[in-house]
Amino acid sequence: MTIDWSWIGDHTDDLTTLTVSHLQAALGAVFLGLLISLPLAVVAHRIRPLRGFLLGLSNVLFTIPSIAIFVLLLPVSGLTRTTTVIGLTVYTLVVLLRNTVEGLDSVPVKTKEAAKAMGSRPLRTLLTVEFPLALPVIMAGVRIATVMSISLVSVATYIGDGGLGQLFTDGFQRNFPTPVIAGVVLTILLAVVADALLVAVQYALTPWLRRRA
Amino acid sequence: MIQFDAVHKRFPNGTTAVHDLSLEIPEGGVTVLVGSSGCGKTTTLRMVNRMVEPSSGTILVGGKDVQRQDAADLRRSIGYVIQQAGLFPHRTVLDNIATVPLLLGWGRRKARARAAELLETVGLAADAGRRYPHQLSGGQQQRVGVARALAADPPVLLMDEPFGAVDPVVRTQLQDELLRLQKELNKTIVFVTHDIDEAVRLGDRIAIFRTGGHLVQCAPPAEILARPADDFVADFLGAERGLKLLSLKTLAAVPQGPAPQGGTWTLVLDEARRPLHWATEDVRLPVRALKDTDSLLSALNESVASPTGLVVRVDADGRLTGVSSRDDIHEHASRAHAEVGVAA
Repeated sequence: MTIDWSWIGDHTDDLTTLTVSHLQAALGAVFLGLLISLPLAVVAHRIRPLRGFLLGLSNVLFTIPSIAIFVLLLPVSGLTRTTTVIGLTVYTLVVLLRNTVEGLDSVPVKTKEAAKAMGSRPLRTLLTVEFPLALPVIMAGVRIATVMSISLVSVATYIGDGGLGQLFTDGFQRNFPTPVIAGVVLTILLAVVADALLVAVQYALTPWLRRRA
Repeated sequence: MIQFDAVHKRFPNGTTAVHDLSLEIPEGGVTVLVGSSGCGKTTTLRMVNRMVEPSSGTILVGGKDVQRQDAADLRRSIGYVIQQAGLFPHRTVLDNIATVPLLLGWGRRKARARAAELLETVGLAADAGRRYPHQLSGGQQQRVGVARALAADPPVLLMDEPFGAVDPVVRTQLQDELLRLQKELNKTIVFVTHDIDEAVRLGDRIAIFRTGGHLVQCAPPAEILARPADDFVADFLGAERGLKLLSLKTLAAVPQGPAPQGGTWTLVLDEARRPLHWATEDVRLPVRALKDTDSLLSALNESVASPTGLVVRVDADGRLTGVSSRDDIHEHASRAHAEVGVAA
């Protein structure tokens, strides 16, 4: 299997466009996933009976095959980017919801009691005490969801989207390996860089966890 | 200042934590709620700032019914020191202390300035302010807890077994610090502990609770020690009840005479007339000289430990003022009990 470097040289613009499009789909899904997961996690954390139901639901959604999800969404949103993002979002929910609930559970009762006893109201305690302390566990979920989404975007090639995934079908149909290899390398690169950036973000957001003395 | 009127607390599981409590806690001074675990002392404390709601009865703070106030506003107006400090692990020491001022909307600059001031008040170095709680020792964390409770200068301070988790040496230091602070600030402090020695040391008044949430006796420590209300209180005070009372009395009133000359034991002094040791021709024994502010209990201890039965007395600078005899100390010790007994 040889790489045709001249093909790569001729297609840098296409590769850049596909990479950006790929990343947008993945990040859009994680963002949307967080938007849904954070409030749902608060509900699941506070109202015990709903906890099992919500976590179970996110598990069930996760078991739907990815191609099936896109097909099921076609009548709703058609062959569009929206379908890609919604489909991917469904998969992020299982990690984001579970990790956010576990993050909130991990906040010591004593600390929440202290906030209450100082005169902090519930919403303020949630935003300034519970979420910050849950952040390491939530961020672990965000990292998994991001890497997972980046690898899953390619599946959306079936509905005409799929970012770098288009390179796979292209190469496969023409029995020409160079685009496939380029697609794989760029996908891995995206995942590694995104993960490293998230680690940096988490480091910046949790100064109290540095230099454990 | 704080009034409990026929307060009853039954938890949903059916246990009665506080039984028909009527208690008046006067303004200023330390009132210690003491008793074994499950006696309702912590529940009583937590009803003051509505961390626990009473089943019936009323609680007034500064004449106002706590049930009729917004709970969060009420809590901001009352200092609360929590078991094992309960600091926010994700906030610096300075921001921990600034918690209530920030909730009250003081603004970050003013709140931090106040917090920096309090670091000094509780005996912490200024650079501790930038640290996170886990970087401090247990005793230091506890000081931060006290500073946090004092930040908005509340008239009432609730302290829930604040010194329970630190070692005995640090504990004594923190107790001394609290007494020093209280002399300066004169807050109304309600202090919960299961340690009767801590209660005797800190309390201007002690309220003793019995399992089931019954208040058995509430009086100044000397009175409780001299006149326990019943066998339960006497048992709780322990076998050293007589000696504990002596820890509350000072040595000042005990007469002193000149140090003995020419006996078997000689008291050796340095050039500044500070006692060094007791000596015979071939033996030296250490001497622990006492000041007027030391307790009758330590005097009694010295009179037994000293080879001559004499207690060496010094002034504030450690210079010899005289010696007191074992008999004089014993007489004053017995008198201490008789006096409180009569007063009660």
